[in-house]
Amino acid sequence: MSDRRTELESAPWGGRTRRYDLIKEGVVAVVIVAIVVAALSTLFGSPDDKQVTFKEWATAAPADFYATSVQELAGSSGTGGYGAPYNKASDGVNLGPLYLAKLLGVTHPVDTVNDFVITPLTTVSNAAPVADALKQWQASDVKTQSTWATNYDNALTKVSQDQAKVPAGNYGPVPELAAGLLTMAQAGSLDGALLSQGNYFQTDNTKQTLFLGDGSYFNDKSTASNLQGSTWGMMNETGRYPGQAWLWLYSFWYQIPPFNNGDSHPFGANADAWIMVIMGALSLGLIIMPLIPIVNRLPYKIKIHRLVWKNYYQEENL
Amino acid sequence: MSTSTEKEMWVTKLRKGWQKNLPVDKLLPDTQPAYVASWIYLFGVATLASLGLIIATGLWLSFEGASWYHGSNVGHFVNSLHFWSVQFFFIFMVVHLWGKFWMAAWRGRRMLTWITGALAFVGSIATAFTGYLVQSNFDSQWISYEAKDGFNSVGIGSRFTVTNFGQMLLLHVAFLPVIIGVITLIHVLLVRAKGVVPPIDAFNKELGERK
Repeated sequence: MSDRRTELESAPWGGRTRRYDLIKEGVVAVVIVAIVVAALSTLFGSPDDKQVTFKEWATAAPADFYATSVQELAGSSGTGGYGAPYNKASDGVNLGPLYLAKLLGVTHPVDTVNDFVITPLTTVSNAAPVADALKQWQASDVKTQSTWATNYDNALTKVSQDQAKVPAGNYGPVPELAAGLLTMAQAGSLDGALLSQGNYFQTDNTKQTLFLGDGSYFNDKSTASNLQGSTWGMMNETGRYPGQAWLWLYSFWYQIPPFNNGDSHPFGANADAWIMVIMGALSLGLIIMPLIPIVNRLPYKIKIHRLVWKNYYQEENL
Repeated sequence: MSTSTEKEMWVTKLRKGWQKNLPVDKLLPDTQPAYVASWIYLFGVATLASLGLIIATGLWLSFEGASWYHGSNVGHFVNSLHFWSVQFFFIFMVVHLWGKFWMAAWRGRRMLTWITGALAFVGSIATAFTGYLVQSNFDSQWISYEAKDGFNSVGIGSRFTVTNFGQMLLLHVAFLPVIIGVITLIHVLLVRAKGVVPPIDAFNKELGERK
């Protein structure tokens, strides 16, 4: 681009002008957009599917809730094996040699055994079997607790979460603890206990959300609403409402190989990290678009601008 | 008493710079170049109009509280106004952005205008995202559960916790709107200061170039 052209294009316009009421244009725009928005709000409203509670989960799918509670005690749940920022159970995803989450450490500690099961159980008065189970659990060492929970978790998994079919074994108080938590959830007192963790003011729902996500009920519900990442879920909304359509490019990467295959290494298995990097790079590219060769010449090659300035080009014989 | 040799104060520099680059007749012009005559130019002001509605309805929702709209018909209507304003805001902004791209609107030392516009777009996505996280319904539960993996995967989750309702609410109603507001203000002032970019071939004759 010549310096002379830049000078001309940056100088105050010396050609023909026309009357233009900036304020009137702005007011008319606000009024028109407000009318259209009000009309759509009246006709269609907005999405507001009721939140999932632990009471709902434990009542609608007690076996799933029970099995998830056992997994939390055994540390075999999704959260239990997550890694940073919640715990040190795994290295997490990686970008080649970079394990960024692990590098930044455990900044939001989550102890699935105590935060999800034991502490909430201690906040209510329990019936004898549960109270005794709590005492037995708290009096034993971590290794024994882990053995009991893992034994019961494995046994429950083998019989497809059907408690009645679990054979006798060295499970310690784990069945009673899980049953106690199920009762507590069905009564509706687990939601508040998970959030407060013994405090009064609390606005961090991380522990509730992680626990909820460890079970199948929450996931199944989102699948039914087409909210899973594999079905463009990030840009979908519940019901027949437009969602975050502007996230289409972010969602797009999850639909194509290698990112849509979690078993594919290194990219599919680490899709979350790689897609964040790709989107970061593309966002930067958008911001500095005028500096990117070839791309910044496209408007000159593909002359869509002649449509924009059609009248002016005709009048000026350009 | 000041003398001509005395160093110019910052406030004096700011005033002189403002007067030079953005006098009132540039800030509030009553004429525009003749080429500013296409429907595409309406999408910039339509974006601003939507933003105004988003802020107004957002303030209303803020004063009533995050859970108000679940149990109130008026609240649900205000939430719907907020929701549809956001949808139109993005539609208008994307069309505006594409329009400016095909006009190569960064020409004539307007690079910063493009950059602030693109920053406003990226920042708006972040702001809308936090808005979806604070709906306090099933959708926001699921979005926070899913999105945590993306942010955690690159370490952002160590500080930006999408499952922390309190943090997301504060970012959505305070920090991010201020950022978007400031960027948008700079963008609009730059448009006024630099003027609307002229047609690509406007100076071909002066430069002796073929069309």
